[in-house]
Amino acid sequence: MGIEIRGVNKNFGDFVALQDIDLSIPSGQLTALLGPSGGGKSTLLRIIAGLESSDSGTIEIEGLDATGLPAQKRNVGFVFQHYAAFKHMTVEKNVAFGLEIRKKPKAEVKKRVAELLKLVHLEQFSHRLPSQLSGGQRQRMALARALAIEPSVLLLDEPFGALDAKVRKELREWLRRLHDEVHVTTVFVTHDQEEALEVSDSLVVINEGRIEQIGTPDDLYDRPASEFVLSFLGPVTRLGDKLIRPHDIDITRYEHAATASGRITRWTRVGFEIRLEVTPDDVLHPDPVQVILTRTEATALQLHEGDMVWLRPRAGAEAALAR
Amino acid sequence: MASRLAQPRTTGTYVRRLLVVGYLFLLVIWPVALVVQKTFEGGLDNLQTALSDAVVTDALQLTVVVALWAVAINTVFGVGISLLLVRYEFPGRGVLSALIDLPLSVSPVVVGLALLLAYGGTNGTFGPALEDAGLQIAFATPGIIMATAFVSLPLVIREIVPVLHEIGTEQEQAAKSLGAGAWPTFWRITLPSIKWALVYGVVLSLARALGEFGAVKIVSGNVAQQTQTATLVVEQKYQDFEQGSAYATSFLLALIAVAALVVVTILRPKDDTDGD
Amino acid sequence: MTVDTPLAPGAARKRRARSTTSLTRSSGLGLGIALTWFSLLVLIPLSLVVIQSIDGGWQTFRETLTNPQTAAALRLTVTQALIVTAINVVMGTVIAWVLVRDSFPGKRLLEVVIDIPFALPTIVAGLVLLSLYGPDSPLGVNVANTERSVFLALLFVTLPFVVRTVQPVLMELDRDVEEAAASLGASRFTTLRRIILPSLAPAITAGAALSFARGISEYGSLVLLSGNLPLKTEVASVRILTYIENGNEAAAASVATILLLVALAAIVLLQILSKWVARRG
Repeated sequence: MGIEIRGVNKNFGDFVALQDIDLSIPSGQLTALLGPSGGGKSTLLRIIAGLESSDSGTIEIEGLDATGLPAQKRNVGFVFQHYAAFKHMTVEKNVAFGLEIRKKPKAEVKKRVAELLKLVHLEQFSHRLPSQLSGGQRQRMALARALAIEPSVLLLDEPFGALDAKVRKELREWLRRLHDEVHVTTVFVTHDQEEALEVSDSLVVINEGRIEQIGTPDDLYDRPASEFVLSFLGPVTRLGDKLIRPHDIDITRYEHAATASGRITRWTRVGFEIRLEVTPDDVLHPDPVQVILTRTEATALQLHEGDMVWLRPRAGAEAALAR
Repeated sequence: MASRLAQPRTTGTYVRRLLVVGYLFLLVIWPVALVVQKTFEGGLDNLQTALSDAVVTDALQLTVVVALWAVAINTVFGVGISLLLVRYEFPGRGVLSALIDLPLSVSPVVVGLALLLAYGGTNGTFGPALEDAGLQIAFATPGIIMATAFVSLPLVIREIVPVLHEIGTEQEQAAKSLGAGAWPTFWRITLPSIKWALVYGVVLSLARALGEFGAVKIVSGNVAQQTQTATLVVEQKYQDFEQGSAYATSFLLALIAVAALVVVTILRPKDDTDGD
Repeated sequence: MTVDTPLAPGAARKRRARSTTSLTRSSGLGLGIALTWFSLLVLIPLSLVVIQSIDGGWQTFRETLTNPQTAAALRLTVTQALIVTAINVVMGTVIAWVLVRDSFPGKRLLEVVIDIPFALPTIVAGLVLLSLYGPDSPLGVNVANTERSVFLALLFVTLPFVVRTVQPVLMELDRDVEEAAASLGASRFTTLRRIILPSLAPAITAGAALSFARGISEYGSLVLLSGNLPLKTEVASVRILTYIENGNEAAAASVATILLLVALAAIVLLQILSKWVARRG
């Protein structure tokens, strides 16, 4: 159940967008498709929705073979990055569209639209045109519109990509809470790892048309299957012959089972964080190592730029990959 | 938008403004005003004389019928071909897109000649066969409609195509994902989005259709009260020294065309594709 | 845009660009009907004109073109269309500039005035010009039945073309770029020449091509104004009409084909010129 994707391939001319994709997306969960722009994740989402056709392979949605079905018969809710608001219709009309197409009785449409507008906190804007709404409000309207048809799956294509940072963070939390209320199988595409880690139940990392790894946010962050996943999910630095997260490095002022030693050559403070660059003495690994620690830790160690320090992986640092 | 774009005013601003207003005044505004003035020189006499002349009224009636047919054909054809050109991929799309503009670069007289060569009753390529089948095109209303449709063919398309590009396909895809088939998507989403461009294109076509002269002159045969359109009457009346009737008929033709344009210019939202 | 690398940030834009689909059965049927109509109305009749002129043979072609009256008509038509197009390039751009960048009461009215020559029936356009520049001219300027009448009529009917193609481009033109040029020390004139004109060049060219094509094919507005005096004010379209009326369709087709070729040559030439200006900026 959920969404079953088997052997999907897609080329645009000689550009390979998707290659042999096999993926099961469980029912009722919130799954993120994460990867760099142009990696194929949006294409996969559009193939699930029927907005794009795959060259080969099958798509099953909640037990129903949807491979040959056009978009309008798949009963999926789709939310676009740039809202795709129907500009000539009021908010209310936008949300009612799918129900009117399904020829639902007027009273029922009215009732359902009111419910949905309440759900997305747009009750007082029902008679406005999309151009009179902010970006965040438009996207909430688009979400209500997609939910109106009681879709078997909800698909969101970079839904917060066009919004500014603050609104994006609010909407992200709000989407999580909404999903906890509505429980519809949801797939959303993003290139923002923080967004994916924060919101989703499970993550699918896609790069260059292939699936790199599937798992829970914890799995992926702590046990990345590849260098790509490791570096895509957060900052990475090289300590000796290992790739490691900069905040998983222990820094001391005396030699103690250290992997590397060197001088602090750069010191940047961002809020409560101190970001250091340590240039190792090691001739084999001369590239600067990034280290992140809190201001409290730095003060306790009495660190200054130019100091000699020793570095080693922190105990329990899991997200490290030997090269 | 205008205020943001407005430049600090310099002497150059006023020189340019004066130049443009002066140029347009001498080339368009004053001459047009004089025709209006001449029409009403003897009060409503000119109009009354013209409108009680069966030659004029028959011609006006024919012109309206022809224009409506031509505009209807061009609207349906224009919307269809615009959608095909913008939304679909097919071999020869680029060539077709270039050929569509062709009628704008062809002399009306050449249009008339071309239609005669194809549909002329005696020497035309298809004319004799069609006439045997009971369909007369040249020197009859169908030929006049074809000539008129020919010269105004690209106008609707040229207005719609940029707007179709501009609005993109996201709204249409959203409608599809909400369960709308091709037809409801067109009626409820695409058509309202291109509404103003379409109206403007239709008005331009109408103006062009009402005013076509050269092509119609050749194809119609110019027989009074049968195949003579309003513009042909203007020529005849002027040459027959019935200048009052010529001015009055001109005024009526111009009135319809210009009034339609003005109404659309006023009604059309300044920036109807704006939104995000 | 088509050479975007897979990882380029323009991926979202690229997805918009490929928003076309291949033909479905019903859209294929629509295309078939549309193409049939377009062929019957435009392509086949126009091809017949070209075929007719070839059919007449090289002999007819040469005879027609060396006929002094026809040669004079062609010369007059092309010369006047060229002069008028040159004026339109300058005046059209200035008018578009004033309409976009300036604001003053009555500007909206000018917008309508620009469209009048297009909306007015051509025969009426001739009548309109005759009222100010004819025998009863309140200005005392009478151009009727002279070469200047051809010039005036063409100037009137081609007025909207450059204005209407340049205007939208000028509206979209980023003021930031001009401000950047100014901040880099460019004078108003340098900014105009190096920044603005190159961006407008394609639009000006397109407008000029339309204006020239309309100019060489004009007929209606000249009927009452120019008097159609052979060797003096007779233009190519009138020649074609005369040939048709005399039943000499081969000669008519020859002149028509020449007009089509001249229009085509002008369009190609202007394209090259526009690329050159755009690159040189």
